Amino acid sequence: MNFWYDPVNFIAHWLTSLLTGWGVAGWIASVIIQLIGVVLLISLMMVFDIFLVWVERKVVARFQDRLGPNRVGPFGIFQPFADIIKLIIKEDITPAGADKVVYNLAPILSMMSVLLLWAIIPLAPVIFGVDLNVGALYIVAAGSIGTLSIIMAAWSSNNKYALIGAFRQVAVLISFEIPMIATMLIPTILAGSMGMNEIVQGQQTVWYVVLAPMAAIIFMIAAIAELGRSPFDLNEAESEIVAGFHIEYTGMKFGLFFAGELLHAFTFGGFWAILFLGGYHFFGLENLGPLVAVIILLAKAMFGYWVIMWIKYTMMRIRIDHMLAFNWKFLTPLAFVLLMLTALMNTLLRGTSTGVYILGMLLTNVLLGWIIVEILRGYSRGERQKTEGVAPATATAHR
Amino acid sequence: MIPLSWYLIISAALFSIGLFGVLSRKNAVAILLGIELMLNAANINLVSFWRYGDISQMAGQVFAVIVFAVAASEVAVGLALVISVYRRRNTVIADDLDLMKW
Amino acid sequence: MTAMQIFFLIVGLVILGSALMVVTTHNLIHAALWLIVTLFGVAVLYAILNASFLAVVQVVVYIGAIAILFIFAVMLTRKEIRDHGPQLNSGWWLNVIIALLTFGGLLWMLQSWNGFSKTAADFPSSYDAVGQLGKALISPDAFVLPFEVASVLLLAALVGAVYIAFNPHSGDFRK
Repeated sequence: MNFWYDPVNFIAHWLTSLLTGWGVAGWIASVIIQLIGVVLLISLMMVFDIFLVWVERKVVARFQDRLGPNRVGPFGIFQPFADIIKLIIKEDITPAGADKVVYNLAPILSMMSVLLLWAIIPLAPVIFGVDLNVGALYIVAAGSIGTLSIIMAAWSSNNKYALIGAFRQVAVLISFEIPMIATMLIPTILAGSMGMNEIVQGQQTVWYVVLAPMAAIIFMIAAIAELGRSPFDLNEAESEIVAGFHIEYTGMKFGLFFAGELLHAFTFGGFWAILFLGGYHFFGLENLGPLVAVIILLAKAMFGYWVIMWIKYTMMRIRIDHMLAFNWKFLTPLAFVLLMLTALMNTLLRGTSTGVYILGMLLTNVLLGWIIVEILRGYSRGERQKTEGVAPATATAHR
Repeated sequence: MIPLSWYLIISAALFSIGLFGVLSRKNAVAILLGIELMLNAANINLVSFWRYGDISQMAGQVFAVIVFAVAASEVAVGLALVISVYRRRNTVIADDLDLMKW
Repeated sequence: MTAMQIFFLIVGLVILGSALMVVTTHNLIHAALWLIVTLFGVAVLYAILNASFLAVVQVVVYIGAIAILFIFAVMLTRKEIRDHGPQLNSGWWLNVIIALLTFGGLLWMLQSWNGFSKTAADFPSSYDAVGQLGKALISPDAFVLPFEVASVLLLAALVGAVYIAFNPHSGDFRK
């Protein structure tokens, strides 16, 4: 067993022989090794989270035509450490009348729901937490724990505005889960399994973004709504000016919410990369070794995170009733129609050659997109005529 | 290994606790919480009988999925009723909803 | 006592302990949160039983939807944040006796069944339980009819809940 080609098993075997050499029983040694693996993954992710704060601030600065932090360390790379030190030494205030246990539990649950997701991400063909065969649903389950933490935070703050912000945020979260599940089912259909490992392995020949581009777009929109980022961020700026459900949180607890949101965004960039952009596949480069595959996946996840940041810093915020109408009247029916069409075309084209298959699926998506654009154009033309009274004959007939 | 009796004991205990909740809570929403506990106890029974019987017979799991759907729809309609009652009578204490008593 | 049995006992204690807290705690929001702990324990139980799909669906449906619905309902049906007054009926000791009798009766009935202490068959690791469940739910000689009826039931519940909770005096339904 080689370290370069199978690092996790190599280290696990070495540790097992070390521990049993010290006289530890076999099953205790395996439990300890699994615990070490879990702690290592969580620590790596939290340290990476600090790096994400720097990336976020640099990217937002460039989008806004300025430089970003560049004083603390080369290119401002030590800025997040300064931020964290500031957050830790802040005064820790608990509002009067707050429910103490629930108040302190909410940021922990929020961070937990993000870290749980890293258990199923296949970083390389041999480096992954667990090969769960219901991975796609597990993502939604971890998201619902995050939803729970929002309600807990708002309720225990003893603050009306936090509660209103949380109600709206939770309504958006549970509404946008439906197009997310429907579009996550499309790579499931194409790969034949809900497990993340099988979905990545099914993209060896062609990435699913070529076979189902509309699904990738709808998944990205639903994921941004699930994250609570702009343009769906009722939370941070609605409840007007005050900070939504985490108004009453100070210091490191707020830091947990904030850093948790950034890590959540990066994780969903990673899932977009796994589900649609081919995971760790990159024209055969991943066969060089598992660590190369990890770097490829993290690079694609960073690209997905950059797309999410791009959308955040370009678009304006959407009002709550527009947001919900957009979901229920447009995105959900579209996602279901897309699911049915993809399943139908997959069954019809299953036996044909690869080229015909790719072309067939791509054309289906393009056709559906064109039909949707035509419907939207007709609808907006009707709305425009109603408000401007362009056609005099119909205006007099209506009034 | 774990015998089947352990699962059945847990689900019987959960069912009894849910029954206690339904019988002795005043708030209508709390009564619905007890009903949820009873439904979960029944589901544990179904799934453990599937696992300890013939694994290839999917009837146990299908029944559990249908119970999920029924529980979800019952909670939705029940809570809608409770909210509607609150709007009319400004209370959800079960004892105070006695308009039809003589 | 193998490790699995110890783990099972811990999960069982968590489930029963949090269920007791659900039915006895004074603060109703805390009762809903204890219900979430119970539901999570039941999901872990499903995972021990190798029903992984049901475990994840339990978290998504029960915790992600039903428990949140309960918390919203508790928040919307009160004038003040605190619960006041007694939360249990005055004859609650009688209900304890009834619950204990139910538990005892169920166990006594199950004792006489000869399969009560059977142990589980091994679960073959290549058995695709999720795929088999999917096939059973949609194949015509399996359970497609209950599946379709369940979806009609969900549609009826959706329409019914919206209609019952609809408030004609509130808000702006401009469109």
